[in-house]
Amino acid sequence: MPSNDSRRPAPAGPDSWCSLSHYTSARIALGRSGGSLRTVSQLDFRLAHARARDAVNAAFDANGIIRQLRHDGLPTEWLTTAVPNRETYLLRPDLGRRLADVSRTWLRNAANAWGRRDLAILVSDGLAARAAENHAAATIVPLVRQLESEGWSIFPIFVVPLARVKLQDDVGEVVGARHTILFLGERPGLGSPDSLGAYFTYRPRQSCTDADRNCVSNIRAEGLPPIQAARKLALLLKKSARLELSGVRLKDDEPAEIESPASAPPMLVEG
Amino acid sequence: MRTYSCLVGARRHSFSSLRDLLAKATPKRSGDELAGIAAESAEERVAAQQCLADVPLRRFLDEPLVPYESDEVTRLILDTHDAEAFSPVAALSVGEFRDWLLDYRTTGATLEAVSPGLMPEMVAAVSKLMSNQDLILVAQKRRVVTAFRNTLGQPGRLAVRLQPNHPTDDPRGIAASIIDGLLYGCGDAVIGINPATDSVPAVEGLLKLIDDLLRRYEIPTQSCVLAHVTTQMEAMRRGAPVDLVFQSIAGTEAANASFGVNLALLSEARQAALALGRGTVGQNVMYFETGQGAALSAGAHHGVDQQTCEARAYAVARHFDPLLVNTVVGFIGPEYLYDGKQIIRAGLEDHFCGKVLGLPMGVDVCYTNHAEADQDDMDTLLTLLGVAGVNYIMGVPGADDIMLGYQSTSFHDSHYLRQTLGLRPAPEFEAWLEAMHISEDGKRLRRIDERHALLAHAIE
Repeated sequence: MPSNDSRRPAPAGPDSWCSLSHYTSARIALGRSGGSLRTVSQLDFRLAHARARDAVNAAFDANGIIRQLRHDGLPTEWLTTAVPNRETYLLRPDLGRRLADVSRTWLRNAANAWGRRDLAILVSDGLAARAAENHAAATIVPLVRQLESEGWSIFPIFVVPLARVKLQDDVGEVVGARHTILFLGERPGLGSPDSLGAYFTYRPRQSCTDADRNCVSNIRAEGLPPIQAARKLALLLKKSARLELSGVRLKDDEPAEIESPASAPPMLVEG
Repeated sequence: MRTYSCLVGARRHSFSSLRDLLAKATPKRSGDELAGIAAESAEERVAAQQCLADVPLRRFLDEPLVPYESDEVTRLILDTHDAEAFSPVAALSVGEFRDWLLDYRTTGATLEAVSPGLMPEMVAAVSKLMSNQDLILVAQKRRVVTAFRNTLGQPGRLAVRLQPNHPTDDPRGIAASIIDGLLYGCGDAVIGINPATDSVPAVEGLLKLIDDLLRRYEIPTQSCVLAHVTTQMEAMRRGAPVDLVFQSIAGTEAANASFGVNLALLSEARQAALALGRGTVGQNVMYFETGQGAALSAGAHHGVDQQTCEARAYAVARHFDPLLVNTVVGFIGPEYLYDGKQIIRAGLEDHFCGKVLGLPMGVDVCYTNHAEADQDDMDTLLTLLGVAGVNYIMGVPGADDIMLGYQSTSFHDSHYLRQTLGLRPAPEFEAWLEAMHISEDGKRLRRIDERHALLAHAIE
């Protein structure tokens, strides 16, 4: 006579090689139900994807960043791109690469009063608002302190929702900055919903391409923490100023911390 | 330039060129809208399809979409066109060509014979008139078999590229994912790593890691490290164990230039790999990846729609007799393929076009987190491609690529497909899996205990 237990599937656990998980964060040794995912792995995955989707769709609390920066004594200005809303942002990268006309006009007038400076810093939500909210001020404040102590002149911090990387060329050209750096939320991975990226350009202008920029990515507590990111960026920016170049010809002395999308198809690099 | 027009009801729709007609006839997708070349209404799209149905196939020979003088891909397509192979369909219009493809009398052998006579533009054009089921039915007729250390693409077989990426190329982390995949019966298409660092020593190290594993356990499969082709060529010069040479390619000379490649360079790389003579049952030594939107994202699409550009990339691939070609269909993001529906359609189009042109097509069934898609959409596309006879899919641990930051298909997914459709691994690899007590009856996985040979010296 069958017992109740015989109608219940044998309890499936992870695979016998689960100790190999020590060497990688990849989802290995998951175990299986038949040949398929166990319920626990199925739901783990869904949770990670749900968090990544929420990160992409999250509203951007730009005022919160402005408050954080002002609290630390840094002046800020609000700019807008030509993107009207988040859905358009995803579909029209070209619009996120340029300022709204009204914003450009305002900036041009303001720039006359500011005069030329060494560095313009921009912050955007990009593809993960929480990345900017959590890590941008924590990276920018020490970066500004460091560079100002070495005599760099810096524009007010520009907070610009819905920007693409190339927006820094437009802004840099309008204000007459020697360098621009743009912080924005990176495309969220399943395990990293709040990763911040920083892209900088020497002599930014409309004709610049991704090959003219340097990138420090994965800025977050579990990746490159903000304080270390600020130190690294300060070093790279100073080197860039000294050598009068940025991009592929500016080599990093500590390659392990700078990620290059070497083997990814080039379309991964989103301008 | 010839213009096209067609009367739909009381309204005449006009198209300024063959290029314009193709773009407007393309099923809706965000990339063509981004490029500003898509149909402006649903009616205009169907009107363009009706108009395209009457265009003779020969027209594509007479009116290159991208100029012959300035584009080496166009030159390759026209200079290698086989008029004799083309003759059975030479008198057909695009619409009649669809009917011909679906005809009972058009078999796999018929399609194989006509392949060298087909231009990618003809195949792209007909795909725009075809429904998803048409794309599946015709692709399923056309089997493309290739070989290196095993045989891929036979009927009833489904291979898997084992993709054991790691964010810092840590050898132990990569080895752990390889062992995981092998114990799930995956890796017959290739064990292929996307390196985080594109440097010759890094590539050499990873190649050696896989080579040691393949030799120690006598695994009948091939390896690849998907660095830039020039990095792999340098690794070959230094004596690294290169099985397959990889490169991302696209459908125009300018787009390929943005990838840092051209036809001469690819040819040189292939010759170098052939000279190593590392294949045992075949000599297909190239591995290519493509994806709709690549040409547009490089600003190199010449006003041609992204699906037609993609088909032109297959002409590049075809010239080098590859072991593997796959479209990385949902990787590029929602500005090119917005949602699950567009990704599914594009995956079926790419597989169809590649197969009809004679390529050993695989598909990276995938999406990014900013696309309107999820794992259920991938299950749908995976199932459709299984029915269509796809040569191989990707196998990523838990479908989560921790290096490239996107979701593909998992080892478990490949088992789902092998179970539901009765598909088996590549024959040589299947024999190895059985001999290693990893699987039985071709598709069932066995329980693996910690004393299994693959785990014994797993990580050193």
